[in-house]
Amino acid sequence: MSQADVRRRVSPTFLLSELRLIAVRRRNQVGLAALAAVPIVLAVAMKVATPDGPDEAHGPDFFSQILGNGFFVALAALGVELTLFLPIAVAMLAGDAVAGEANQGTLRYLLTVPVERTRLLAIKYAGLVMGAFVAPLTVAASGLIVGFLLFGAGDVTTLSGTQIGLGEALLRLLLVCLYLGVCLSALGALGLFLSTLTEQPMGATIALTMLTVTSFVLGQIPQLDWLHPYLLTWHWTDFGELLRDPVSPGALTPGLLSAGAYIVVFLSAAWARFAGRDVTS
Amino acid sequence: MNDLAVASQGLTKRFGSQVAVDAVDLAVPRGAVYGFLGPNGSGKTTTIRMLLGLIRPTAGGHHLLGAAMPDHAADVLPHVGALVEGPGFHPYLSGRDNLRRLDAADRTAEARTSGTRIAAALERVGLSAAAGKRYRLYSLGMKQRLAIAAALLQPRRLLVLDEPTNGLDPQGTREVRTLVGELAAEGATVLLSTHLLAEVEQICTHVGVMHKGRLVAQEPLAQLRADAEPRARVLTDQPADAARVLRTLGLTEIAESASEASGQLGAVAPEKVVASLVHDGVAVRGFSVEAPSLEDVFVRLTGRGFDVSG
Repeated sequence: MSQADVRRRVSPTFLLSELRLIAVRRRNQVGLAALAAVPIVLAVAMKVATPDGPDEAHGPDFFSQILGNGFFVALAALGVELTLFLPIAVAMLAGDAVAGEANQGTLRYLLTVPVERTRLLAIKYAGLVMGAFVAPLTVAASGLIVGFLLFGAGDVTTLSGTQIGLGEALLRLLLVCLYLGVCLSALGALGLFLSTLTEQPMGATIALTMLTVTSFVLGQIPQLDWLHPYLLTWHWTDFGELLRDPVSPGALTPGLLSAGAYIVVFLSAAWARFAGRDVTS
Repeated sequence: MNDLAVASQGLTKRFGSQVAVDAVDLAVPRGAVYGFLGPNGSGKTTTIRMLLGLIRPTAGGHHLLGAAMPDHAADVLPHVGALVEGPGFHPYLSGRDNLRRLDAADRTAEARTSGTRIAAALERVGLSAAAGKRYRLYSLGMKQRLAIAAALLQPRRLLVLDEPTNGLDPQGTREVRTLVGELAAEGATVLLSTHLLAEVEQICTHVGVMHKGRLVAQEPLAQLRADAEPRARVLTDQPADAARVLRTLGLTEIAESASEASGQLGAVAPEKVVASLVHDGVAVRGFSVEAPSLEDVFVRLTGRGFDVSG
């Protein structure tokens, strides 16, 4: 038979379909709304009650500055959500990615279309990366809006004590979101791998959430300081470096390298696991 | 090999120590409607999953439409429409959106014609009216129809349909049967896995029978019927006498009950049986020669019954 009439097109159709699938799912919409609600709750709480002094913790603390400038609501909310809410959001999407498709039986139909397994993983990961960037951007946008409404806007005092204009501050906030997007993409790679191990989406979601929490907990134990730089979550809080003046050029390099390494390792693992797996769901 | 739409050589799948499919040599001629039969758990679906490249055979290999699988899966599978082990769709998308997604995933599909092809496929399975409804609200029969529609998004040369009438009402079963006939008339080869023998008798040209992971029979349906020995059946109030006459004539596998006696005719002419019965004074109330039903044939091959309730 002639196979010559089979032409394969390179087009974004399937990627758009994947993004649409994520976007129209009611649960994802509710999840995104929940992420956006946290800065609102935070800002309202700060408005009605004056906070105590800042805690001594790993990572930057922006709470103390909120009352003076609504800009910091966005940063404080990102700091709060980074430890649990944002990872859960990525974990939800990761659970759906392969395990969810397997669970619904849609995986076997995609594969017989056919969708090559490597291509399917690539599309799935692209969807996760999109979620990893949209989530912090949503938190930041919601935080900015509610912050400006309740506390007003103005020049921003950096962590180094200098003043920068609001325009530059917003640019730095955007960079913070992009940095966190990269960090969460690394989490997404681990999540995609977990998602290829099971047919239970909730299993992958819970496993990824637990690993994230474990990583944060290990990061709190001083005796394990040799381990800290290798933890998935250790460099996430480096985003505060972007609020120094001037920004130290290499400040985010360890975090980006760490994220890159996690992405390479776990995408490879996901591929190794999925490429030859028997699909019996 | 090129005149076969599906050809497998020693296809084997082991799950741990259990052999699910054992050295199956399928040969589905192009243009055939091939009834792939077997009791539940006989290895039909595992075989189909291997044919489509979903699981890897432990041993053996196969060709689809003349091309080696799974190496040429990307070239061959666009010509293959498949329904595997029931429908599988996103519950919160409508039927139409589910088909849209599958079509978007198909790199050989033309986006320009997507809407038309989806509408045509939905129309063909009678689902146009419910196309905008969420899949989770579909009845089992509607889900099954959607899965068939998904297999029809493109013109196909081979359709692999795993129990397509599962969950359908009698009307739907008849529609699917008509549809399979139409597809075959258009030149497609159909591999139809089923345990409904009525379905097989009406639409299949070839049959393969699986039993405990092995392909125990594979022939054109007409051949299978011809091979089956016809039986002479005598209705009488003297079954013992009738049975004695049948035995004397050389019939085999004699059986008798309260009101009849029967036996395999073999080379004996039916008219001779009647003459002898009458000659020996057996009161014959009725006489018939019956080819064994397909069900009898399969029970003989697999040692167990099939669900024939339809």
